[in-house]
Parts: sequence; C-alpha cells; structure tokens
Amino acid sequence: MTVQTTPDHTRWDSLAQEVIAPLAAQIDQDARVPQQVIMALRQAGAFASGFPGGPATDQAEALSASLDHGQMHQALGAASASVQGVLNVHHMGGSALAKWSSKAQRSQWMPRVLSGEICCAIAMTEPEVGSDISAVQTQARPVSGGYELTGQKAWITCGDFADLFVLIAKTEAGPTAFLLPKQTKGLRIAPIEGLLGCRGYMMANLHLEAAYLPEDHLLGRPGFGASHVAVTGLEAGRLNLAWGCVGLADAACTLALRRAKTRQQFGKPIGDFQLVQQMLARMATDIHAARLMCQSAATARALRQMDAAKQATMAKYFASQMVGRVTRDAQQIFGAEGIGPNTPMALFHRDSRIMEVIEGTTQVLESMIARLSLSEVHLS
Amino acid sequence: MTDTKTNPQGAIAAFMTRSFDGAKIEPDQDIFEAGYGNSMFAMQLVAFVESHFGLDIEAEDLEIDNFRSINRVAALVARKQAMAAA
Repeated sequence: MTVQTTPDHTRWDSLAQEVIAPLAAQIDQDARVPQQVIMALRQAGAFASGFPGGPATDQAEALSASLDHGQMHQALGAASASVQGVLNVHHMGGSALAKWSSKAQRSQWMPRVLSGEICCAIAMTEPEVGSDISAVQTQARPVSGGYELTGQKAWITCGDFADLFVLIAKTEAGPTAFLLPKQTKGLRIAPIEGLLGCRGYMMANLHLEAAYLPEDHLLGRPGFGASHVAVTGLEAGRLNLAWGCVGLADAACTLALRRAKTRQQFGKPIGDFQLVQQMLARMATDIHAARLMCQSAATARALRQMDAAKQATMAKYFASQMVGRVTRDAQQIFGAEGIGPNTPMALFHRDSRIMEVIEGTTQVLESMIARLSLSEVHLS
Repeated sequence: MTDTKTNPQGAIAAFMTRSFDGAKIEPDQDIFEAGYGNSMFAMQLVAFVESHFGLDIEAEDLEIDNFRSINRVAALVARKQAMAAA
C-alpha cells in the first residue's frame, strides 16, 4: 500500500490558524466555542467532511476525501482541541446516523447534518457504564407509537451544544440506538464545568425522565445499538481523534523548536544542547510516526480494507499517548514559561491529557488491539 | 475475486474459519448458538461482507437471522447483489 504524503499546507490550515487559533485561549476560558467559529466551519463545509460520498464515489475520490478529512482534524487539533472535539462528535453521531438510518430518516436529517444546521453528538457513557456499552442502564420502554426513555447519560461531549444525540438505551432486545433531539420533552441537560482540558467540549450530563420518542426515532434495529451503531461512531471518532492529536502535538513541537532556537543560555541557543536535542528528536519522530499511522488508517478506511477498524484503533492508541509525551517535552523546553498562567503550553498540556481517556481508554484499546492481533494467528 | 460470484459460501466460510481460530464451520451451523459470535465479530462480519462483496449493509439488513450461519449470510449477499443488479 502506498501512503500519500500530507502536504505541508492544506485548505484547512488557513481556517484553523486565521480564525480558530487566535480564539483558543478564549474558548478555554469561556468553556464554549463561539458562534463565529461555528459559522466559519459551516461555510467551509467542515460539518459535511468525512461523510460517504454516495455510490458513485470511486476509490480515488474516497481516498482523497478521507485524507482531506484527516487533514481537517489535524488542522483543527493544532488550533484548538476543543473545536476539533466538536467536529469529532458531530462526525461520530452523524456517521452512525448516515450508516444505519432508514431512507426516510436520511432524508429528514442528513441535509441539515451535512450543512451544520444540526450538530450531532453521541450519548453512550453513563455514571456506571463506560467502555462496556452493552451494559447501558438507560431504559427505553415501548409505549404507544414509540418509546419512553428514562435514565442518565454522563460526560457527553457537546452535550450542552448539540442539536441531535445518537443515544444508546436498553430495550428487551438489547442495547438500541435512538435519535434524541435536544428539545425532547423530558430531557434535561446539565452542563459540566471545570474540566481539566478541552473545556470547549461543552460537556454535559443528560437526564431523561420519561422522555418520549416516536417510533421513527429508532436508529437501526433493536438490539444492534452497541455492536453496530455505537461502534460505527467510535471507529470514526478514534481516527478523527488520532489526527487531532497529531495536530496538537505538531503545534506544541513547532513552538518548542522556535524556543530551542531563540532561547539563549550559557551563551548559545538551548537547541545546541544535546539533552534538549534528544527531546526534539523524540518529538519529531513521534509526530511523524503518528501521522503515518493516521494516513495509513485513513487509506484503509477509504478503501474499505478489512483492517481499517484495527488501524484506526492503533492510530488512536499511539497518537493519544504520543501527544502526552510531546506536550510534556515541549513544556519542559519552555521551562517556567511553559507552566505559567494562560500560556499555550499549559493549554496544550491540559488538552492533551484528555486524549487517552475519550473514545476508548488506552487500556481498553490495548485489549482490543491484542485480541484482534491474536485472532490473526492460527496454530493449525 | 471470482469466488464472489461463483462461491460466496466458500469466501464466507473461509472468513469465519479465520475469525474463529481455524474452527471448521458447517454451512448451516448457528455461529451464535455455538458461541462464536461476539460484539467485535459482529462489525467485522459487516466489514467483511461490504469489503469482499462490494455491498452496503444497511439498517433493514440488521436482522440477527441474516448473520446466523454461512448460508444465511450467503443468502443476504445474494439478495443484495440481485437488488443492486435490478
């Protein structure tokens, strides 16, 4: 397989660096992505990025679109991890919707999802349920004409912003996916404040108290919510997040390189000291490796290769740890100025810590990758 | 990929055998009753059918009976191929 090299500058970099990056500190402070950023993303077509192009899409078009989608997440990750997160969960919820909706549901929802008029999110986690989605406790009880939902969803990215949630609840058939509009009667949204990082995720808990959803808000079939619908969203989200980590790490590394060339100690730039060079070498190599993994996984996804899900999982597993190593070293190179209040390095560091937790913890992903690898080897 | 037209059962059987650590699966054997199917395999099977046969598995195909055995999956593939050709 040939992996295409990412160009140094893409169409998304201008938007990210000129419109979003100058607002990154404000987004962190306000814990909210401002409307002007949302509008700019809509105008750029960011909310439609990464969605299937339809049956006419050939392999070359699919590959180009997949890499462009990755470059978008990379650019957004470099500018603001919070904004990258908004587009990530939109794509996660939207991908699940696009894949498993009926024709009528697609007609009803997808045009507004693709335009960004509707922002999607995915609601799986509960106070007692994290990685084991099949154990969701939120109940969906069949009632006349639909379902009545009762329970709680926790730590939902964009919970306080999204217009439409793909929500997993328990039915007699097993975990089942539903489309939950934010204006649904019986849904109460409780914003979560004071997150360590990625404060612009606009995270919230969702409280469902006999929330009624009509039959046509069922997504997929009863019992397939965890194994198929949620997994579709998670597979998309893991690769998006890996790209976002590459962008975030690259932004931190770029600042650290400049610092290493300009900060003078003992009569020379600190970049001339071998112990600083060791950190710079680790950072550059780490980022390059993660980017290649993302490009390979994006290629596998575009070409519908069988190992696409495994590659996305490995990319997220590696990139989310890589960004922690890189931001730590970058912060170290900045010395005291890397730990001061309201510095880019401090924000990078706080944001990077979120990446190993969401869309599958490092430990859960290790288990998945190991099981998939074991299944590829046969002794007989 | 001539087997996609001439022997879809063979391709599906080979995929299941690979997935289940070399176990020989009979054409009508219920893989879920036999304890082979799990949540990770469920989406792998969808990915295999889509990738190998060039089909899209959609919401209306999400019936557990469609994925219960080699022959059931082959029947689903045949139905989808016939619909695509129509």
